[in-house]
Amino acid sequence: MGFQPVKFYQTGTFTVGNRLLTPDERSLQSDEGRSNSINSGHRACQGCGEALGARYAIDAAVAGSGGQLIAANATGCLEVFSTPYPESSWQLPWIHSLFGNTAAVATGIAAAMKVKGKTDIRVVAQGGDGGTTDIGFGCLSGMFERNDDVLYICYDNQGYMNTGVQRSSATPPAARTATTMTVGSAPGNVFGQGKNVPEIAMAHGIPYVATATVADLRDLEYKVRKAMTLHGARYIHIFVPCPLGWGTASNDTIRMARLAKESGTFPVFEAEYGEVTGVLKIRHQLPVEDYLRPQKRFAHLFGEHPHTETIARLQLMADRNIRKYGLLNVNNATSDDAIFDARPPLLNPLPEGEEVKERPREFHITGREN
Amino acid sequence: MLKQIEGSKAVAEAIGLCRPEVICAYPISPQTHIVEALGEMVKSGALTPCEFINVESEFAAMSVAIGASAAGARAYTATASQGLLFMAEAVYNASGLGLPIVMTVANRAIGAPINIWNDHSDSLSQRDSGWMQLFAETNQEAVDLHIQAFRLAEELSMPIMVCMDGFILTHAFERVDMPAQQQVDAYLPPFEPRQVLDPAEPVSIGAMVGPEAFMEVRYLAHAKQMQALERIPQLAAEFKQQFGRDSGGLVRSYCIEDADTVIIAMGSILGTIKDTVDEMRAQGHKIGVLGIISYRPFPLEQVRAALGNCRRFLVLEKSLAVGMGGIVATDVRMAVTGAGLKGFTAIAGLGGRPILKSSLHALFRKAQLEDLPPVTFLDLDWEVVNKQLARERTTRRSGPVAENILYDKGIVSAKFG
Repeated sequence: MGFQPVKFYQTGTFTVGNRLLTPDERSLQSDEGRSNSINSGHRACQGCGEALGARYAIDAAVAGSGGQLIAANATGCLEVFSTPYPESSWQLPWIHSLFGNTAAVATGIAAAMKVKGKTDIRVVAQGGDGGTTDIGFGCLSGMFERNDDVLYICYDNQGYMNTGVQRSSATPPAARTATTMTVGSAPGNVFGQGKNVPEIAMAHGIPYVATATVADLRDLEYKVRKAMTLHGARYIHIFVPCPLGWGTASNDTIRMARLAKESGTFPVFEAEYGEVTGVLKIRHQLPVEDYLRPQKRFAHLFGEHPHTETIARLQLMADRNIRKYGLLNVNNATSDDAIFDARPPLLNPLPEGEEVKERPREFHITGREN
Repeated sequence: MLKQIEGSKAVAEAIGLCRPEVICAYPISPQTHIVEALGEMVKSGALTPCEFINVESEFAAMSVAIGASAAGARAYTATASQGLLFMAEAVYNASGLGLPIVMTVANRAIGAPINIWNDHSDSLSQRDSGWMQLFAETNQEAVDLHIQAFRLAEELSMPIMVCMDGFILTHAFERVDMPAQQQVDAYLPPFEPRQVLDPAEPVSIGAMVGPEAFMEVRYLAHAKQMQALERIPQLAAEFKQQFGRDSGGLVRSYCIEDADTVIIAMGSILGTIKDTVDEMRAQGHKIGVLGIISYRPFPLEQVRAALGNCRRFLVLEKSLAVGMGGIVATDVRMAVTGAGLKGFTAIAGLGGRPILKSSLHALFRKAQLEDLPPVTFLDLDWEVVNKQLARERTTRRSGPVAENILYDKGIVSAKFG
C-alpha cells in the first residue's frame, strides 16, 4: 500500500493545534505528511499511552531515518494490539520474535544492514518495561555493551499490563498490581526494589540515553530525532500511562504523564556517554500526592486512613530526583524564560540570523485541578 | 584440497566457504574452536563481507541470527548442550518464522550433573523444534553437510542443525578434503530470502496468529520437512556429482543385503560399529549397519526399506528418553510398524562414556541371539547403581546422587560429613 497522508479528524486536539504555530515550531505529529507508522484501527485500549508513545516515537524515527527504518518489537501489549494478523498496523518493516530478545534481534538486523552496505537503513527496537527492564535486560545490556547501531525505545507503563497488570521491576513502590496486592501491613509494591534502566544504560557509556513522556510531544520528538542523528547504541525511556493498569480515566493519559513529570516522580533528561546533558525543568512543582490521587493503583493510600508515611516516602523519592537531576530552576522556578532556557532546541532550527519571534506556548494541563 | 585438520577448524573453513554474512559467537565447549576460527577469518579479512558478533548468551546468539536472517543475511551460529537449551525459545522461534539459519551443534550431554563430553541429548531435546537435524559420521561429512545444509535451508526457508559429536569429531585431527571456493560457489547460490525486512516493501513478520490459522502454519512447517525428505537425497547426489564423494543423504547402509541383524545408530559411533561388524562378518555373522544421517526429517520409508530383509534390529543411541527408553529407537519402531521385526534398544555412551568394541561385540551377539531386554544400558556399573539404590532405601538424607556415585567408584577418595 502506498503512502497515504494522515487525515486529522479531531481538529481541536493539542497535536493538531500545533498547526497554529509557525512551521518551524510544529511537531511532526501535526504534519499531515508524517509516516503514521502505527496506523489507526489497532486494538489498544482507549487512552493507551503506549500506542501514543509508539506513534510519536516511531514517526519521529522514520522521519529521522529518511523513511529507511526497520523495527524489532518485543512481545507485549504493543505487539499484541498492533498485529493480530493480517491486521498489522505497522507501516514500516517490522518483526516480532520473542519477549526477551528484541535488542538482540535488532542487533542482527543492524549487522545485516552493515554487511550489505545498506547503512542508510536504520534500526529501532521497542518493548514495554517488562520486555526491557526484566526479561529482555540481558540482551539489552549486551546490545549496549557492544555499542550496536540500534535505537532501543522502552515504553514504560510500570507493569505487565498485557498479562493482566502484574509487577515489573519498573513498578513503583506502593503501587497495586495483581502480584503486589493491597493487603497486609505494607499494601502494594514494596519499597527499596526496582531498576532504573535509564541510569543503567548510562553506565554502559553509550552515546545517547534519554527519558521522555507522552505529555511532552516536542521534547519526545526532539529526543528521537536527535538519537537518529547518532550511531551506536541509544536508549530512550518513554513514560506511558496505562489507564487499565493504573486505574485512571482514559482521557487523563497525557495529564498523568504531565503530573509524573511536574511532581518529579519521573525525571525527564538526556545524557551523552554517561553524562547528563539536559533536563526538562519542572514548570510548576506539584506534590506527589497530586499525581498519586487520581490513580486507583494508589487508592489504598488515601481514604479514611491515609497512609501519610507512605505518601511521604514517595515524595522523598521525587525530591531526590529533583535534587539529583536539578529539575527545579533555583533562581526562579516559575519564570517561563528560565524554563525555556532549559528546553532542548527546536526540531528545525531556523537559518542563522533569523529569530523566533514568539516563544511556543505550552499548555498548562496541570492547571486542571480536582 | 587434502588437509590434516581439526574437525572444528575444518567446519569453520567450510562455513567460510559458504560466505556467511552474520556469525554470532558465544563460547561453549566443545563448539568453541569453530567460532574462534571463524572470528579469526573475519578479523583478518579472509572472510568478508561478514559481521562477527560476540554476543552475551546463546539466547542472544540465536536472536541475532533471527534478526540477521529476517533482514536477508545468511546467518550462522554454533552451540552445544546447555547453550542449545538456553537458546531453546529462540530455536523454536527461528523455525516458526521460517528463517534458514544454519547452526552447528557439537553434541554434548546435558546436565545436571554437568558434563562436557559427548552424547546426543542436546540436539535430540530439540527434536520437535521444527529444525532439520543432520548427523555427521566423520569430519569430512561434517564439512560436506554444512555446505548442503545452507543450500537446503535456504531452498525451503527452514533452519538446520548440523550435528557432530563433541570432542570425538570437533577435536579430532583427521584427513579432510576441503572443497575449493569455486566448487562451493557453484553448488550454493547466494541467499534469496522468501521474506525480508525492507523499507522499500514493508512487511510485518512474527505477528500474532490465532486459532484460525495456527494449525496451517504448523502443518506447513511439517510439509517443509516432508519436502526435505525428497530434496536431501537429490542434494546429496548433486553434491557427489560436483565434489566427487558420497556425503549426506537420509540414511547410509553397510552390509545389510544379507544381514539378519541390523545395528542402527547416528554420528561418529558408526565407525566403531562398522569395525565391529567387519570383525563379526569375518567370523561368519550376518550383521549389518544402518546409519541415520537425517534425524529430522526422519526417513521412515528409507528405514523401513533398509530393514526389509532383516529379522531383528538393535538401535544403539547416545540418548535417553528418561522414563521410556530410546529416543531414536521410538522413531525406528514407528518406521517398522507391522513388519514383525524384533527390536532392541541400547543406550550407550552417555556423557562421553567410551563405547568399546569389546562391549559392542558382546552386545551384538546377544542381539543376534535375541537375548536382550527391550532396553539395555551398555556398560552400566550395576554395582554402584545398586549401592546407591540401597542407600536411598535405608537413609532419608542420602545426599547428592552424583557425588555418591563418584565416591563409590573410588574417584572421590574422601567424603566429608
